[in-house]
Amino acid sequence: MSADPATFRFVSTNRRVREDRRFVAGRGHFVADVALEGLLHVAILPSQHPAARIVSIDASAALAMPGVHYVLTGDELAAATDPLMNGLDTPKVQRHPLAVGQTRYAGEWVVAVVADTRALAEDATEKVRVVYEPLPFVMNAEAALKPDSPPVHPAHGSNVLLDRTFVWGEVEKHFAESPRHLSFRVTWGRNSTVPIETFGVAASWDPWRDMLDVWASIQMPKYPDQIARALRIPANCVRVHQDVDVGGSYGVKRGIKQSVLVAHLARRLGRPVRLIEDRLENMRGGDAHGPERIFDVEVAFNDAGIVKSMKIRALDNAGAYAGRAPFQLGKPIGAIVGPYRIESVQYRAQSVTSNKAVQEAVRGFGQSPTNYAIETAIDKVAAAVGLERIDVRRRNFIRKEEFPYLIPSGSTYDSGDYHTVVDKVFAHIDFAAMERERDRLRTSGMLAGIGIAACLEPSGGNSAFEPLLNEKNTTTTWMDSCRINIDGLGFVTVTIHNTSSGQGHETLVSTVIGEVLQIEPDLIRVVRPDSLACLPSNSPVGSRMAIMLGGAAFHAAQKLKAKLTWIAAHQFGAGKDKVIYASGGVTDPNSGRQLGWADIVNIAHRNFHLLPEGMEPGLEATHVMQVPTGTKLPEDGRVQMYPCHSFEFHVVLMAIDPALGKPEIRRYVIGHDCGTVINPHIVKGMTLGGVAHGLGAALLEEFVYDDEGHLITQSFMDYLLPSSHEVPEVEIVHHCTPSPYTVFGQKGSGESGYLGAPAAIASAVNDCVASLGISFNKLPIRISAIGDAIADAQQGKPQEQAK
Amino acid sequence: MKVDLRINGAKRSAELEPRKTLLDALRENFLLTGTHAGCEHGVCGACTVLLDGEPVRSCLMFAVQADGYEITTIEGVAPAPGELSVLQDAFCETHGLQCGYCTPGMILAAHALLQHTVTPSRDDIVDAISGNICRCTGYGQIIEAVEFAAARLRIANTPQPHHGARHRATGEHDAPAEGVMEADQADEAIVEAK
Repeated sequence: MSADPATFRFVSTNRRVREDRRFVAGRGHFVADVALEGLLHVAILPSQHPAARIVSIDASAALAMPGVHYVLTGDELAAATDPLMNGLDTPKVQRHPLAVGQTRYAGEWVVAVVADTRALAEDATEKVRVVYEPLPFVMNAEAALKPDSPPVHPAHGSNVLLDRTFVWGEVEKHFAESPRHLSFRVTWGRNSTVPIETFGVAASWDPWRDMLDVWASIQMPKYPDQIARALRIPANCVRVHQDVDVGGSYGVKRGIKQSVLVAHLARRLGRPVRLIEDRLENMRGGDAHGPERIFDVEVAFNDAGIVKSMKIRALDNAGAYAGRAPFQLGKPIGAIVGPYRIESVQYRAQSVTSNKAVQEAVRGFGQSPTNYAIETAIDKVAAAVGLERIDVRRRNFIRKEEFPYLIPSGSTYDSGDYHTVVDKVFAHIDFAAMERERDRLRTSGMLAGIGIAACLEPSGGNSAFEPLLNEKNTTTTWMDSCRINIDGLGFVTVTIHNTSSGQGHETLVSTVIGEVLQIEPDLIRVVRPDSLACLPSNSPVGSRMAIMLGGAAFHAAQKLKAKLTWIAAHQFGAGKDKVIYASGGVTDPNSGRQLGWADIVNIAHRNFHLLPEGMEPGLEATHVMQVPTGTKLPEDGRVQMYPCHSFEFHVVLMAIDPALGKPEIRRYVIGHDCGTVINPHIVKGMTLGGVAHGLGAALLEEFVYDDEGHLITQSFMDYLLPSSHEVPEVEIVHHCTPSPYTVFGQKGSGESGYLGAPAAIASAVNDCVASLGISFNKLPIRISAIGDAIADAQQGKPQEQAK
Repeated sequence: MKVDLRINGAKRSAELEPRKTLLDALRENFLLTGTHAGCEHGVCGACTVLLDGEPVRSCLMFAVQADGYEITTIEGVAPAPGELSVLQDAFCETHGLQCGYCTPGMILAAHALLQHTVTPSRDDIVDAISGNICRCTGYGQIIEAVEFAAARLRIANTPQPHHGARHRATGEHDAPAEGVMEADQADEAIVEAK
């Protein structure tokens, strides 16, 4: 199909998002809304120590309380279940839902209490007596890296989960040839996307059917498989209900430990059991923190600001267990040079354990921190050579005619037109006027500055980082599926095979199928069967659904269109390719005969004698789609990561009152190119929401631990989320460079905005304070840090002048 | 203890513990699950309901404290099964949500604003929803939804509902307390959604 938007009937049009109706009426179906007869409730007793041996647990007082049914310890659970999966080949870093033998972070779950109500369960946790023997602990990644640091997992031998150096291209030669070098460090603070709905799961077990039913607030690939493995039961004994709405995820709703815990309790007690995390359980022990990363960057460039080579060392604090955290160092390899023609890169990826909560997948899977490091490098090169930051970017951008473009680490970028996006944004802004406004603000006594960032959003997610970082993993398949059924009355029902956390999948597939079959999308029903009735899916991760679910729906619809066409052609006695399909009917141009939708449906469902020989009756089509370009395992440390690469370009005008230190965003403009947009409302929402997440990461949000190893930002009083006051009005400038690898030319947009906003906002803050000779190299840049640094600089100034 | 409450215009009774929050009572005793628990410490606003037309955090008050107030939950906003209020429909028009979790609280906060004024400024809207955290949208399309709903209410030429509660918006923005919008009070024509 053509990617020319002018030819689309439904794709790219401003159609409403069909999911919205039930939510505005309060009729979402979230996990806490699932009513189960005889439901029991779980509350968690967490560890108060960052590291401690569990000497004894006395639950007798809790068990004696009325309404309390059970107290589960880590020892019992570990004996009954297998450890949770590790991504890397680190078998001695074992993780169980409840601590076994020792605790490894403050907030780690130690005991689960089951009672008639959540309130009773909470009461009973206070009666459980746990005796601990505190152990040495380590919080800081650089300290954890030292051989003499207290090992979080003694059996593993050290805190190092991953230490791998990649060299792509002639890095040393390029450094030697380059006349200019610079180096710097930036740090990405530990934050997360923190959905307003915590993680929740309910489970019931039927021992006569051998069936575990699970309802969960989940966004995770292979979730039923992981439950089955941990519980040591066949995978077809686990039935996950995918029609549960997820109240926000952005990557983090990976509640495998919660699910194994609750599933075990449901089997053990013969009653349905649920755990809905409260905010404390979620913040300190929900295992949903994001990357915490130190970047040491060296850049080789010339006087014209052309960057030839980069050396990046990324040291990531994974927290107490391995999980998938180290892979978040792997995914950015697919866009390690950003939108730039950097010829060679050395990348050292280090992941260490520490006594903090476990890091989980967060929107962008490590890309946003990496983009912050790359964009800081470009700003610093511009400063070093005395050029405008935008000019250095323009000089280094890959040019439109160079696509598809192979980057040193093995990924091919599909398409892009970065210069045009920048030009459109600058024209929209009137950049010269913005500079005048900045100067006016400066004259008025404010600190003012402009932030700029350009970056890529890899999309169409696969898991190529898994075999790249773990040779035992040979996964190259990363499919998604769609099934369409046209019933005997001609109505269309589509099945999709994953949960939704607000991405609008129903709107996506109905739009795509309506486009192909040329029928009204709003008449298409979309359902999510339970996991046992599902086709393979890898869930909405890695900005993949427009590409993968949209692609699978497209191909399934094409199969049905071909079948409808063939049935009609057979009636006409004409060749399949001699008739014309239009708006659900088929015409034979030679004879002038026509068959409408209802006629063809009737033949397919009721007139087997009229079907072409060998054709199956009915009108059903299925398509299982592999990720485009995913054909090879890694070779020599190089791999094709995600297939598609959206582009975003941010410009931020900021003002800081030097007396307050509060950064105020006066204008925020983002240029965005994600190829063909299937639903403009959805892409806009993703982009605006992504900018808000990025603002939080840049200025507000951080999981801070004190020197005693305790999380001190564990409520929304301390872990600050952007409200409508903090998030500025964002202007979006669109551009469309279709991807050659997808059915409509679409690319992903699920991480848009977030991948560049932290870099842009940090750039703006630093431009504001540059006149004071200071800069910030750690996110988040909180108001207090800005205020203090400005005060120090202003007090320091006279002294410097006096020298 | 037994508590009698007025919820969405109807008298409802339940036997519940004095320590039970209004949030938990609405969800568990009255099966009104459109009200959501978010932080349960009064910051995020997901549990927002209206008490005599004013937004409150149902996680921060006990159910027994709501005795004597008119409680409005999201289930009380739509005019009839399958229908939507002007504001709810506006959220659909601008896609003022994604996951839908904060949405009931957000709509009730905005609903309260539009009961006070149908000419809110952007700042009025930002203020009205600033106690409701949304992690999906970045608020842009929510603000557009409230603006859109206000515009439709202005040109709807129908009586403006008014609870007579305390006005928060500035006086000049106030709609008439009762009665019919005059034509000259309606601003620019709004193109009806497709």
